[in-house]
Amino acid sequence: MATPSSTATQATPAVAAAATDRRGRGGGPGVWGVLAHIALAVWAILIIFPVLWTFLASFKTNAEIFGDPLTLPSSFAFDAWVRAWDKAHIGQYMWNTVVVVALSTAGTMLLGSMAAYVLARYEFPGNRIIYLLFVSGLAFPVFLALVPLFFVVRNIGLLGTHAGVILVYIAYSLPFTVFFLTAFFKSLPTSVAEAAMLDGCSHTRTFFQIMLPMAKPGLVSITIFNILGQWNQYLLPIVLLPGNVEDKWLITQGIANISTNAGYEADWPGLFAGLSITVVPMVIVYIIFQRQIQSGLTSGAVK
Amino acid sequence: MRHGKYPFIIGFLAAPLILYVVFVISPYLQAFYIAMTDWRGITASPNFTGLDNFARLLEDEVFWAAVRHHIVLLVAMPLLTIAIALFFAYLLNLGGGSRGGRMNGVAGSGFYRVVFFFPQVLAVAIVGVLFQAIYRPDESGVINGVLARFGIEPVGWLTNPDIALWSIIAVMVWQAVGFYVVLFSAGMSAIPKDVFEAAALDGAGRFRMFFSITLPLLWDTLQVGWVYLGIAAFDGFALVQVLSVDRGGPDNATTVLPLEIWRNAFNFSKYGYASAMGVALFFMTITFAVLTLRVTRRERIEY
Repeated sequence: MATPSSTATQATPAVAAAATDRRGRGGGPGVWGVLAHIALAVWAILIIFPVLWTFLASFKTNAEIFGDPLTLPSSFAFDAWVRAWDKAHIGQYMWNTVVVVALSTAGTMLLGSMAAYVLARYEFPGNRIIYLLFVSGLAFPVFLALVPLFFVVRNIGLLGTHAGVILVYIAYSLPFTVFFLTAFFKSLPTSVAEAAMLDGCSHTRTFFQIMLPMAKPGLVSITIFNILGQWNQYLLPIVLLPGNVEDKWLITQGIANISTNAGYEADWPGLFAGLSITVVPMVIVYIIFQRQIQSGLTSGAVK
Repeated sequence: MRHGKYPFIIGFLAAPLILYVVFVISPYLQAFYIAMTDWRGITASPNFTGLDNFARLLEDEVFWAAVRHHIVLLVAMPLLTIAIALFFAYLLNLGGGSRGGRMNGVAGSGFYRVVFFFPQVLAVAIVGVLFQAIYRPDESGVINGVLARFGIEPVGWLTNPDIALWSIIAVMVWQAVGFYVVLFSAGMSAIPKDVFEAAALDGAGRFRMFFSITLPLLWDTLQVGWVYLGIAAFDGFALVQVLSVDRGGPDNATTVLPLEIWRNAFNFSKYGYASAMGVALFFMTITFAVLTLRVTRRERIEY
């Protein structure tokens, strides 16, 4: 702004207040404000309604589901939920997924932070190459590796096992985890670790007792990122846990399967109950941790 | 203090590196070789066929259908998502007008942000099953049920080959918008408030403010968003596999390359051919990423 004299500059706040006051009146409850709220509310409904509808449909009968979609169920009984949990094995799939994701996320974080720490803080021949090797994994679509990956896992004898899925999840989560955490470890001050080493702390102890606690914010973000990514995986489970090990399936393939079966068995309430059983915990966890989840997921994009 | 450095480095890097090389790097490298063989799995030993698979790809109608769908996805999905997300992010952060010389978001912006982001935590496979019910082609479908109230004939959202792909794009946008609202919001809140104040003082209206200030200052974030969405446009596997009629139908109207890779490999056991598709997909993704970064490169605006 070309404000030549100091008096003009001093007058700015008052002028600004006056100018924005005029504008502000129009912006609050005016036409624009109403339109803005309508647009936002419509999108919010577009998101809430399908989820709510699924939840309500789990209490409906087949006839009600295929009738008018905008009616409430006649009674709120949890029959379909019980059916989905037991007969459609949703309970089993949920438990499988919890175990797999817990172990694979823990493994990803441990191995990823170890690799990232060494790559960020130690100079040695090959450091740069190993870092680039990890990061290059970000550029490749997983579909390119699909066929050989299937045979690698099969040849090791881990096809159809949770151990195989866990190892593959860890391996495919490493590129982003290493990329993100290397940058994070580099941003931490070096003085604390140096002081610890001078006091006779070993490299390993320095890492676990000094550096990991210091890196906590970064670790939390990337842990959330990995938990959600692995929980929502669909491609790897359907390739690595084929149809003959149905008892080992994970939740996403289980839901997709009862969706196919619902057509044959005509158990639509069961399908929506199964969906609700998986979605409701997500809603609860999301509402509790929404701030961390939002920053965890978007942290990847803000490089 | 120095001694023990190399054992420590090796100890920390060995496990992640071995896991990564076995499950990620080696499959990627093998894929390029398998793509040049006629490998059909266990029985026949693979013959090296050079570029035969790629020559066949060029004459494969399904392959070209999938490529066309990726082009549509690549244009429509990022454009719609970014436009909607920008609009909402603007409303949520700055759309409330300026009170007391400060730009504010509309009332309730915290609530909207939480709701909008929610689909992001749902697994794509689960979203697919959810939208099967919403898109059902008769009046029992949620959308068609609502349309019926207004006397509109049911639409075959997924069964009509002309609109099936657009129905799937709509679901992708539905799921993605919230993420970019949060991402762009973070970008907008980093723009100093006095820039807007100065513009308001100079008499800039809302639209002028958006196109001349917000948009240019948000360019870096937009670029990141565009690359992310573009890469997502080369996927679409889980959604198309779960949601579309006949997995990619009707009549290949919605198929995508990842789905064809999976189908050729695990339904038809054409491992060589599937890998050739994987290689094609890889080069498309890389070309897109490099082109986008080149074309959208701009001088960074410092503030």
